[in-house]
Amino acid sequence: MERSLSHIALFAALIAVLGFVPQIMLPFGVPITAQSLGIMLCGTVLGAKRGALAVLLFLGLVALGLPLLSGGRGGLGVFASPTVGFLIGFPIAAFVAGLVTEKLKLAILPAAAIAAFLGGVVTLYAFGIPGLALMLGKSLPEAALMVTAFLPGDLIKVVLAALITQGIARMRPDALLSRA
Amino acid sequence: MLTLTSPVDTPLHRWPAGVKLAALCLFTLLLFRLSAPLPLAAIAMALAGLHLAFGRAFAAGALRQLRPLWPFLLILALWHGVTGDLSGGVAIALRLITAMAAANLVTMTTRLSDMLAVLDRITAPLARIGLPARRLSLAIALAIRFIPVLSERIEAIRSAWSARSPRPPGWRILVPAALAALDEADHVAEALRARGGAG
Repeated sequence: MERSLSHIALFAALIAVLGFVPQIMLPFGVPITAQSLGIMLCGTVLGAKRGALAVLLFLGLVALGLPLLSGGRGGLGVFASPTVGFLIGFPIAAFVAGLVTEKLKLAILPAAAIAAFLGGVVTLYAFGIPGLALMLGKSLPEAALMVTAFLPGDLIKVVLAALITQGIARMRPDALLSRA
Repeated sequence: MLTLTSPVDTPLHRWPAGVKLAALCLFTLLLFRLSAPLPLAAIAMALAGLHLAFGRAFAAGALRQLRPLWPFLLILALWHGVTGDLSGGVAIALRLITAMAAANLVTMTTRLSDMLAVLDRITAPLARIGLPARRLSLAIALAIRFIPVLSERIEAIRSAWSARSPRPPGWRILVPAALAALDEADHVAEALRARGGAG
C-alpha cells in the first residue's frame, strides 16, 4: 500500500521534473521534450494501474494551478486548450502501455517498445486528434493531418522509452513493477 | 514552488472556489453552444474588460498565459484564409481564447489551499469505496515535495556526467533519473510504514 502510493507520487513528480529540465538533445541535434516520454515510462515501469494513477495525480496538480506542463503551462486553462484531448489521453496512454508491458510475454526491450507505441502513440492520438478536431472545428482527417508533424518525434520517444525501461530492468530488476 | 495564482489581489480572490468552478463549467458549456462571431466577440470583450478592471499587471499576466495558443491561432488563420470561411475561423478563434482565458481566470484568482479544500470535498464520498481522502492528500503533498528533490538529483547527475564527458548527456540521463525516482519511492514507503502507514 505505502509502496504503491509512494511510487505513484514520485513518478508524478518525475513527469513534472521532465517538463522543465532543459530539452533533451538527440545526437543529430533534434530537441525533444521529455514529458510525454515520462507518460510512457509511467506505464512501462510502474505497470497499468499505478502508471495511470501517477499520470492522473500529475494532471490533478496541473488542474490545481501548478505550472507543471512543459513550457511552464498549467492551471485550468490547459483543459480548455486545443490539446485537451492529449491531456485526457495521458492517463489512458500510461494504462495501455502498462497493460501491454505486463501481458506481453516478450523480452523487456521489444515488449516496452510495443507498449510505448500502443499507449504513447496509438492511444494518445486516439484521444488527442478528436480533441483537436472539436476545439478547432475541423474534421477528424484534417486534425489528424495537423499532428503528423509530431509523429517522427513521438516514434523516437517510443524507442527511448524502451531503451530506458530496459536500462532500469538491467540495473534494478525488482524495481520494474510492471514485470514484478 | 510557485503557483499560477496571481499576486495581484482582486475581488474574485474572495469568492468561494466552488462557486467559481461551477460558474466556469456553466460558462464553458454556454461558450461551446455559440457559433456566431458577434456574440462570441462581445463575450471576449467583456472578459478582457474584466481583466483590465483588475489592473494592467493582472491583464498582462493573463495574456502571458494565453501564449501557448498562438500556434493554433496561426493554423486557424492559414486554414480559414485558404478556404475563405473567415467568419467561421474568427468564431473558433474567439471561442478558444475566451474558454482558455476564463479557465485561467479561475486559476489566477484561487489559492492552492482553496483548490485543495474543494478537492477534499469532492473526493470525500470516495472514502465509502475504500479510498480515504487522506491518502490522496498524502500523494499530492509527496508529489509536490519531491519535485524540487528530483530536480536537484537530475542536476547532480548532469554535473557528474559533464565532469567526465565533453559531450552533453542527452537522453541517457533519463535512466539514472528514473532510478532516482524509484529509489526515493522505496525510501518514502519505508518511512511511511515506520510512522504507522499511509492510512
